[in-house]
Amino acid sequence: MSLRVENLTVTYRTLRGDVRALERATFGVGDGEIMGIAGESGCGKTTLGTSLTLLKPPMRFVEGRVTLDGEELPIWDTEAMNASRFRKVSIIPQYAMNAMNPTRKIGKMISELLRAKKADQKTGLRELRRRLELVELAENVLTMYPFELSGGMKQRMVMVLSTLLNPSLLIADEITSALDVSTQKAVAEMLVGFRDHKIVKSIIVITHDISILYQIADSILIMYAGQLAEKAATDVIIGAPRHPYTKLLISSLPKVGVKYSEQRLAGIPGSPPLLLDPPQGCRFRERCPVAFDRCPEVPPFVEVEKGHFIACWKEPVTHA
Amino acid sequence: MLELERISKAYRIGTFGGRQLLAVSDVSFDVADREVVSLIGESGSGKSTIGKMILQLISTNSGEIRFNGTAISNFKRASLKEYYRNVQGVFQDPFSSYNPIFKADRVFRIIRQMFFPRIGSKEWKDKVHRSLGAVGLNPEQVLDKFPHQLSGGQLQRFLIARALLLDIQFLVADEIISMLDASTRIDVLNLLAGLKSSGLSILFITHDLSLGYYISERAVILYRGCVVEMGQTDKIYDNPIHPYTRMLMEAVPRLDRRWEEVKADLKAKQTNLSAGCVYYERCPMVDKTDDCRMMRPVLHEAEKEHFVACWRNEPS
Amino acid sequence: MTETKKKNEFLYFALRNNKLRIGMSVVLLFVVLAIVGPWVTNYLPRQFVAPGTQPPSSEFWFGTTTFGEDVFTQFVYGLQATFIVGLLGGGLGTLIGILVGFIAGYRGGLLDEVLNMMTNIVLVVPSLVVLLIIAAYLEVRGLLLESVFIGCFAWPWAARAIRAQTFSLRSRSFVDLARLSGMKPLRIVFTEIAPNMMSYLLLVFILQFGGAILTAATLDFIGLGPTKGISLGLMMHNAVQWGALILGMWWWFIPPGLAITAIVGALYITNVGLDEVFNPKLREM
Repeated sequence: MSLRVENLTVTYRTLRGDVRALERATFGVGDGEIMGIAGESGCGKTTLGTSLTLLKPPMRFVEGRVTLDGEELPIWDTEAMNASRFRKVSIIPQYAMNAMNPTRKIGKMISELLRAKKADQKTGLRELRRRLELVELAENVLTMYPFELSGGMKQRMVMVLSTLLNPSLLIADEITSALDVSTQKAVAEMLVGFRDHKIVKSIIVITHDISILYQIADSILIMYAGQLAEKAATDVIIGAPRHPYTKLLISSLPKVGVKYSEQRLAGIPGSPPLLLDPPQGCRFRERCPVAFDRCPEVPPFVEVEKGHFIACWKEPVTHA
Repeated sequence: MLELERISKAYRIGTFGGRQLLAVSDVSFDVADREVVSLIGESGSGKSTIGKMILQLISTNSGEIRFNGTAISNFKRASLKEYYRNVQGVFQDPFSSYNPIFKADRVFRIIRQMFFPRIGSKEWKDKVHRSLGAVGLNPEQVLDKFPHQLSGGQLQRFLIARALLLDIQFLVADEIISMLDASTRIDVLNLLAGLKSSGLSILFITHDLSLGYYISERAVILYRGCVVEMGQTDKIYDNPIHPYTRMLMEAVPRLDRRWEEVKADLKAKQTNLSAGCVYYERCPMVDKTDDCRMMRPVLHEAEKEHFVACWRNEPS
Repeated sequence: MTETKKKNEFLYFALRNNKLRIGMSVVLLFVVLAIVGPWVTNYLPRQFVAPGTQPPSSEFWFGTTTFGEDVFTQFVYGLQATFIVGLLGGGLGTLIGILVGFIAGYRGGLLDEVLNMMTNIVLVVPSLVVLLIIAAYLEVRGLLLESVFIGCFAWPWAARAIRAQTFSLRSRSFVDLARLSGMKPLRIVFTEIAPNMMSYLLLVFILQFGGAILTAATLDFIGLGPTKGISLGLMMHNAVQWGALILGMWWWFIPPGLAITAIVGALYITNVGLDEVFNPKLREM
């Protein structure tokens, strides 16, 4: 599978104007890759994930091109996307585990889904049994109501639901946030299992918790205020980041083994800009320690080394 | 400074309160002067309940909480107010901590009304500016604003400034940075750690192990309302003994080692200490949720004048 | 960052909300009529002015009753009575509801259970039966008694709604912080919780006001209203009793009926409009 996103720009309509939530995002995800998208609140990561699957008001598609497996995805047309949703690209939205219809038994919900997607019930249900085993859910969960399940069980159920039709690309939005530490680990490892067992080909994991990404992601994309900052292999982002924002972000994260009395960590002073009327050019420049006079012009997101992309004027641009 | 001795809290649930839910069970620990103690536990561990009991927002069912030697459970009205001059709390959700229809600095005004009714305007203004300075806030930027005009980090610092107005000795910080962005979290954390040198003791309640390690000298690990392990932070993190603590250390996602590596590390440090119920091997009534295997049960009162140490016995 | 004071925001939306404009206009029209009307008319409601059963004319705008009374005069005096009952009855109901709702919502526990039980009991008691018994004992009933009676049976609806809101506000951290500041519970309820619910309390009052008017009209219509004076319900009662339907005297029962429908309907529409103003999520973009 291959995903190619070019110049994707999405805004939110509000009473006060258009919030420029996502600005000219350009990146790619390879076959079998688990890419994490990380950033603080308001960076646009959820907007990115949602716009690839369910772009509807108040979101507004401005421009961009999304190509999945060679075919263009008509993300601006909610109706036309019906054919691709769940089949080619699927999403586990934030808070999905709390969004299951409380008056429906799980089994009924699944058969409704299969019917809506015009999938064959028999093969669907057979595959379902295999999936339930994979996520370590007993089969009797199909006869239960959502409120009878624990948080971890609901999350695993939602993972099964979203991947039932074997989509090429799975987008997981904050699926570990509301869970206990041990359940988080189990869910994260199951996600990798989905890829390893070829149930889905590639996964985009959206989260604010970079340590989870360190554990399961092959590459990490860092976003800031609607713009892409840096993308590289996980070890590179964590160990040797080059974008000023990434550097400051990684060094502000407390780790086990780091004590206040021995090593003082520092945060990033200031706060992200409002996206109603964002500053021109690189949106990090007001907080950036190395900003200079080229920064009011938007730096392009370019490859400075193999597989390592950065949007910063301080980085030498190699013309391959 | 603060001592908790055999604290328990049970909630009545069901129609007419027929059943009991033991939120906190026989917890004892203490916090010394100028010390930061982390209370670490996941959801349902009872950590927030303990914090609220220390702040006397919830009553204790049994056991005693002592502040500087005096038991606090009998404090009412006037003595409670005196207690609040020394002990304050900051909570998790910055936006829920402010009344949305009033300006944010109203919390300062309330402190003035309740605790400094006769203070002069100039003196009060100086006090406020000093508190704001101590938490790294610029008075021009944060005074006279509504809560929705300030950021989460500013709001939490504001609350710490409010507590500092009272010259408190003890602060209960209940998950105060978990709803903040990564880049502001560490600043608030540093602020808290820095206040220690000015004489403050802090009970830092969190579920995040790396935060506990960063800021506290001692840690208390809670599971289902009971203390499972407690002691110096380094010792607990380097050598977790209780199966639950080991599980936590294994499962927490770290930024320097992958899960497999941590698991291998801990395996190498295997201990032979069995922490579960001594009768586990032969007991016919063993608990399905692993409590009997993982945790030594504590003595609780099954009925009046009748104590038992067994997880299967629900307190009546 | 632009400073948006919440008050101005509400005013902005209030003036632009169609439901609010229409609703309030209708209600205000009738209020004006109720205040100004008695000055405009020369007669008294029960005064004989002309031979009866006359359809509307330029002299008697709403015609006359079978007894020769001026229907228009009765109408405007009736409007007064209707509004007074609405205000007093609705006001009393809201007041009791606030008291019960705040206490039950803030304290919780046993007190809450007891108050809940009381609320449910009053809800279930057939108010009509009680009123019939009272009517049998009290020969003379006035407007005040009717208002008190309505208030005493209307409060459970308000109490429930207010209790629910108080519950949800009570669990917010700012209430905990207020307690940590040494505030007494009563003070917390009035300075922290109630101001947050102002819009909600206004909505509750409007509903109680409309409800009281409707209940009063119903009671008057079946003859259980005040024994003296005039009201819109009483007009309809008399009209039906003295054969207006058979004789085709539409001018006797249609104006009061229409007025009640219009007022109560307009109040409910205002309520919906206000809800949209106060709750940003309900506003259409």
